[in-house]
Amino acid sequence: MKPAPFAYAKARSVEDAIALLAQHGEGAKLLAGGQSLIATLNMRLSAPRILIDLNGIAGLNSITLKGGEVEIGAMTRHAEIERSDVIRKHAPLIAMAMPHIAHPAIRNRGTIGGSIAFADPAAELPACLLALGGLVEIAGPKGKRTVKADDYFKGLYETAIGACDMLTGIRLPAAPAASRYGFAELSRRHGDYAVAGLAASATFASGKLTKVRLAFFGVDLTPVRAKAAEMALAGGDLDKAVAALASDLDPPDDIQENGAVKKHLAGVLLRRVVQQLTETRA
Amino acid sequence: MNEMCDISLTVNGERVSERVEARKSLVDFLRDDLTLTGSHVGCEHGVCGACTVRVNGEIVRGCLMLAVQCDGASVETIEGVSDSGEIADLQEAFQKRNALQCGFCTPGMLLTAQDLLSNDQTPSRDHIREHISGNYCRCTGYHAIVDAVESVAQARKGSRK
Repeated sequence: MKPAPFAYAKARSVEDAIALLAQHGEGAKLLAGGQSLIATLNMRLSAPRILIDLNGIAGLNSITLKGGEVEIGAMTRHAEIERSDVIRKHAPLIAMAMPHIAHPAIRNRGTIGGSIAFADPAAELPACLLALGGLVEIAGPKGKRTVKADDYFKGLYETAIGACDMLTGIRLPAAPAASRYGFAELSRRHGDYAVAGLAASATFASGKLTKVRLAFFGVDLTPVRAKAAEMALAGGDLDKAVAALASDLDPPDDIQENGAVKKHLAGVLLRRVVQQLTETRA
Repeated sequence: MNEMCDISLTVNGERVSERVEARKSLVDFLRDDLTLTGSHVGCEHGVCGACTVRVNGEIVRGCLMLAVQCDGASVETIEGVSDSGEIADLQEAFQKRNALQCGFCTPGMLLTAQDLLSNDQTPSRDHIREHISGNYCRCTGYHAIVDAVESVAQARKGSRK
């Protein structure tokens, strides 16, 4: 299908984008990489009056290591992140997730800011943000603010981003030496949205996992922490952790699978990811 | 509010200036306004890969980019890379190995294969499959496509020696 007619404006700066949002209100949508937005427009699931294109804004596509944090600008393309040495070294979980994100042609356009602002419950990067306990930088009419990943996801496609706000970047803690990361997802075709997936971070020393953060995706309306399973893993009991998922997760049925299957798959993923977190490094 | 926009871009090396609706996708612009019908329109939501074209040297989904976003860009389609001879060996290999039947996916498949081979000169069969995983083919079962891409990779490697 073809989208309903809309007007188009190219924002020159973050301030300009926010002013345009304020001017046009609910009828406006921000266009980042467009790899989800344009699909929903084509299917007429959404019919904004105006698109505000962020692709002309300079300075939003950098990846920098600063003060123990990896900062990634909102308009950084997946393909740039995939090629980045800073990401590979200091944000390895993001590097692990990257090949699972759609396909090369889509990674050339899609942006990290767009993915995290859209917050598809089955997408990889929102779950990685949650697993890493990262921060989201948001600019709005009243200025800038920073929101913790744990406080950011509010509901299905709902986040801490307000109607006249724009996500400008994310900050992730740079990986310390004893940190471990795990990532696994199950999908019908490589690159498709996950039926269920898991992004995890932890510290592993003397055979013990601590500071475990498990962020499941594709199993609820937002990416979700499995806190009972995290505690069980910190206690060294994998079977108990898998059993704890019964209380941590309550996946609704969706177009891909029913909730019971997703719950079972979550246990499969947890065993695979714990293997990654605890395996001896070469 | 502008629902119509003026754009100037390069398509297959030629300067093009047109007035387009803001909502027009790149692939519809190429097909309807420029009659470059080699790029195909399949699912129109980024899943099938039939609309794959190159923008500023990188493959993209022609259905998930607006024509207006290509103002100032360099766009290449299957017509362009066919005429330049850039993928003549891939095209020949696809034909020789029956890597196409109906041909609907072929333009997108060829551009995606060329993208792979320009970044990885010796891809494994698994890597070939992964790279074309965003391009649906409903005829071949993919095996012949992987064969064709692999044979071109080997031939190009041989000719570089």
